[in-house]
Amino acid sequence: MTMPSSTLDHIVSGRRLRTRRYRMVLGLLAAVVAAFFVLALMVGQSVTPAGDVLRVLMGENVPGASFAVGQLRLPRALMCILAGLSFGLGGVAFQIMLRNPLASPDIIGITSGASAAAVFCIVVLSLSGPIVSIVAVIAGMGVALAVYGLSFRNGVAGTRLILVGIGVSAMLESFVAYILSQAPSWSLQETMRWLTGSVNGAQMAQALPLLLALVVFGGLLLSRWRDLEALRMGDDMAAALGVRVAVTRVLVIVGAVGLIASATAITGPIAFVAFLSGPIAARMVKSGGSLLVLAALVGAILVLVGDYVGQFVLPSRYPVGVVTGALGAPYLIYLIVRVNRAGGSL
Amino acid sequence: MTIQSFLINGLSVGYAEADILHDLDLQVPSGKITVIVGANASGKSTLLRTMSRLIAPKKGEVLLDGKSVHRTPPRELARTLGLLPQSPIAPEGITVADLVSRGRHPHHSLFSRWTRGDDEAVDAALNATRTTELADRPIEELSGGQRQRVWIAMVLAQQTDVLLLDEPTTFLDVSHQVELLDLLVDLNQARGTTIVMVLHDLNMAARYGDYLVAIANGRVHAAGTPEAVLTQDTVRQVFGLESSIISDPTSGRPMMLPIGRHRMQSKD
Repeated sequence: MTMPSSTLDHIVSGRRLRTRRYRMVLGLLAAVVAAFFVLALMVGQSVTPAGDVLRVLMGENVPGASFAVGQLRLPRALMCILAGLSFGLGGVAFQIMLRNPLASPDIIGITSGASAAAVFCIVVLSLSGPIVSIVAVIAGMGVALAVYGLSFRNGVAGTRLILVGIGVSAMLESFVAYILSQAPSWSLQETMRWLTGSVNGAQMAQALPLLLALVVFGGLLLSRWRDLEALRMGDDMAAALGVRVAVTRVLVIVGAVGLIASATAITGPIAFVAFLSGPIAARMVKSGGSLLVLAALVGAILVLVGDYVGQFVLPSRYPVGVVTGALGAPYLIYLIVRVNRAGGSL
Repeated sequence: MTIQSFLINGLSVGYAEADILHDLDLQVPSGKITVIVGANASGKSTLLRTMSRLIAPKKGEVLLDGKSVHRTPPRELARTLGLLPQSPIAPEGITVADLVSRGRHPHHSLFSRWTRGDDEAVDAALNATRTTELADRPIEELSGGQRQRVWIAMVLAQQTDVLLLDEPTTFLDVSHQVELLDLLVDLNQARGTTIVMVLHDLNMAARYGDYLVAIANGRVHAAGTPEAVLTQDTVRQVFGLESSIISDPTSGRPMMLPIGRHRMQSKD
C-alpha cells in the first residue's frame, strides 16, 4: 500500500514528463523547420555561403546572391513554410473534430473546392490578386457546407461525410481538369499548380496575405485547442465536460477552411499535406499539449522538404505536390485498409 | 453533504413528430443512488441525456438545485454535473493518468495553468477507483473492467456533486459489474455524490439503487424504493413480462425472476 502523498508525487512527475516530452518534440520540429529553411536559402542550383545569405537578408546588395536568394529562394521558402503550416493546421483540426484521419480537407473536397474556384477566377474570369483568394475561401466554405449538408441525416456520421466528400472532391477535380484543358496556352507548370500544388514563382507579395490568414484563422483554431482535445473523446463526453460542441464545430470549420482555402488559392492543392501532417504528429507525441501546433510544423517540413526534393534531388524538376502526393498515396491506402478493419481514430 | 437534486417538470423530448418523453415529471433525491430502468426504446436513455443537457427539451425543464440545466453556462454546469456517456472514446495511445486529467477540462480556460489542486483531483480520482497502479499504462492495454473504472475516474476528476452514468455496466461480465457498482456505492457513501444511472439489469438496479424509476412509453410509470417499484405488476406493465419476485437472500432487496413459457415445473 503506497502513501497518498507518494502517489500524488507520481502523478505530478508523470505529468511533467509528458509536458517535457511534448516540448522536446515541439522544439525539435521547430528546429527542423529552421534547418530546412536555412538549407533552402543556401543551397539551390549553386551554393551561397551563409554569410552572403545573411547579408542579403539584412538588405545588402550582394552581387551574385541578391537575386537568387532574395528574389527566388526566400519567397519560395517562406511560401513553403506558410502553406505547410496552413495545410497542416487546417487538416489536423478537421481530423480531430471528426475523429477520423480520412476527414482531411484534401480528401473531403474542401481543397478541390478552393482550387476549382481559383482556377475558374484565373482562367475564365482572368482575375488575379487577393480577390482570387477571397473567392477561394468562400468556395471552400461553400463546399464544406454542401458536404456537411449532403451528409446530414439525424446528425452527421463521420463515414457518410467522408464518402460524400470524396464524391464532391472527384467532381470538382474533373471540373478543374476540364477548365485547364480549355486553356491550352497555359504552361505545364501552371497546370501542375492546380492539379497537385506548386510553389514555383512564389513572390513576397503573395506571402503577406497568407501570413495574415494564418494569424487570423490559425489563431482562431489555436484558441479552441482545449475544446478540440475534449472532442477527441467523443461529442457526448466533450459536451459533458462543458464544451459547446455545435459552436466549436462552426468555429473550427471556419478556421480550418479559411486556412486551407487561403493556402490553396496561392499554391494550389499541395497534395496530401493536410492529410499527412496530423497523423505524423500524433505518432510523435501522445499527449502533453495540443496536436495543432505540432501538425502545423510537420506540414511546414513536408512542404519544405517536398519542394526541395522536387527541385534538386530528383533527376528532373517536379512541383512539390508531386513529391508529397507520392508520399501520401501509400498512406491513404494503408489507412483505408486499417480503418476498414478496425474503425480508426487519429 | 450535498444538496443537489433534480426536479423535472413537464418534460417533453423528441425528434420531429415523434415524442420520446411525454410531459414527464420526476424528482430525484439528493445524495442517493437512483437507477432508471425500462424496456428498450422506453426513453430511459433519452431522459438521462436530457438531464445531462446533451438533448434540449421541446417543453418543460430540468432543474438542478433549482437552476435550469439547459440555461446554465455549459462550463459552469460541468463543474456540478458529471456524465459518463455510453461509449466515450479514448484518444489513441493515451495513458490512464493523462485521460483522467482531462476530466479537469471544465476547471480550465485557454490560458489557465495546471495547479496543485488539479493534480490532487486526479490523484484522488485514481485512488477512489483503485486505478493508481494503472496510471502510466496506455488505455488500450487495459481490460474492459479496468477501462470502465478509468472512465469513472475521469468523471470523478471533474469533481462534481452529481454523477450521471448511461449504462455503465453494459460490456462488463458479472464480476466486473458488481465491482463497478460497489465502487459507485463507495463514492456515494464517502462523498455523498448523487448518482443517477441507467441500468439494463433489473436485479442489479434493485440491489444497488436506493431509488428506482421505471420508465414506460416516455413516462414515469413508477418511482420509489426498490420494494415499491419492483413488483409483478410493474414488471408486467413496463416490460410485458410475467415474473415472480423474491427477496434477495444477501441484501433483502427484491429480485425478479422471469417466468417465460418453457421449463416450468409441473405442479401437483
